[in-house]
Amino acid sequence: MTHPNHSTRLAELTAGARDIIPMMVGAAPFGVIFGTLVTSGPLHLWHGQLMSLVVFAGSAQFIALGLIAGHASFAVVLATTLVVNLRHVLYSATLAPYVSHLPLRWRLALGGVLTDEVFAVAWSHYRHHPPGSVSPYYFLGAGLAMYLNWQIWTLAGLLFGAAFPGLQSLGLDFAMVATFIAIVVPQLVALRYLAAAATSGALAFFWQAWPYKLGLLGAVFAGVVVGVLLSRPGSQRRTAEVAQ
Amino acid sequence: MNYVVLILGMALITWTIRAAVFVLGDRLVFPPLVRTALGFVPVTVLTAIIVPMAVSPHGGGAELTWRNPQLIGALAAVAVSALTRRPLLTIAVGLAVFFVWQGVVLK
Repeated sequence: MTHPNHSTRLAELTAGARDIIPMMVGAAPFGVIFGTLVTSGPLHLWHGQLMSLVVFAGSAQFIALGLIAGHASFAVVLATTLVVNLRHVLYSATLAPYVSHLPLRWRLALGGVLTDEVFAVAWSHYRHHPPGSVSPYYFLGAGLAMYLNWQIWTLAGLLFGAAFPGLQSLGLDFAMVATFIAIVVPQLVALRYLAAAATSGALAFFWQAWPYKLGLLGAVFAGVVVGVLLSRPGSQRRTAEVAQ
Repeated sequence: MNYVVLILGMALITWTIRAAVFVLGDRLVFPPLVRTALGFVPVTVLTAIIVPMAVSPHGGGAELTWRNPQLIGALAAVAVSALTRRPLLTIAVGLAVFFVWQGVVLK
């Protein structure tokens, strides 16, 4: 592993934080809404901040609030957390080659901040380089920025949530859509990637009402299967025959 | 009931899911088929997250209409990205189209 000097590290931390700014804008209203929902439920305010500090997973936190308000058992809340967050296994498996050479404390820290947004930004950075050639400071910078952002907006919602009515209708979450498009579209360079993305996008729409994000997982699985089938030797010719 | 224990349990589960593969590190070697499959994870998962947000922003049925600013903004972003492959330009144009559409065109 190389040891870049402090200014290089700082530059990479800053670059990661800078590239995740659109995602921070998109996550802000959800942080405020989460904090606001805590004030109307059975949890203390500090429980809400503690959840953002140690769980740091928007979807799972929202669903847990709903379950807690509905007097679900702890086992149901924990099992739901597991299922809702299962997609993160795919993220860490995808990024594993780029972090496997790092000391354990680095891998624990980077795993802790691996949200949807951080995965998207970190992967779009790493994919241009062979594994092991890029320092982890960019990944860490993106993760820390997203983490601090989530804490600040959770706190804002806990303290002043009632003062922000109609926050959801502003559509700030569109920043996430635009950023993900900027990352995905340049990857659709071959038919197999286009077909995989089209399959998962269409199925994710049709299956969005499935509980616990299982529709998302199923759609990703189907898209990956399509991609793998089209990656087999000779599959391009067979696809052409099927199309006729 | 002790909510602190519940929250710490959620944290432990979430962190384990996210970090387990990282912690295994070099001891985990994926067979070629799995490596091929993982190559399709980023495009499929990011697409699966955004398509419902753009097509049915209110969580119900499809809103395939010019009165859906999320859809118009997303189509603009896809066009800019396909033509230029420049991330910042894509995000800037997508956001501009979305907010102008929402705040000006639909007023």
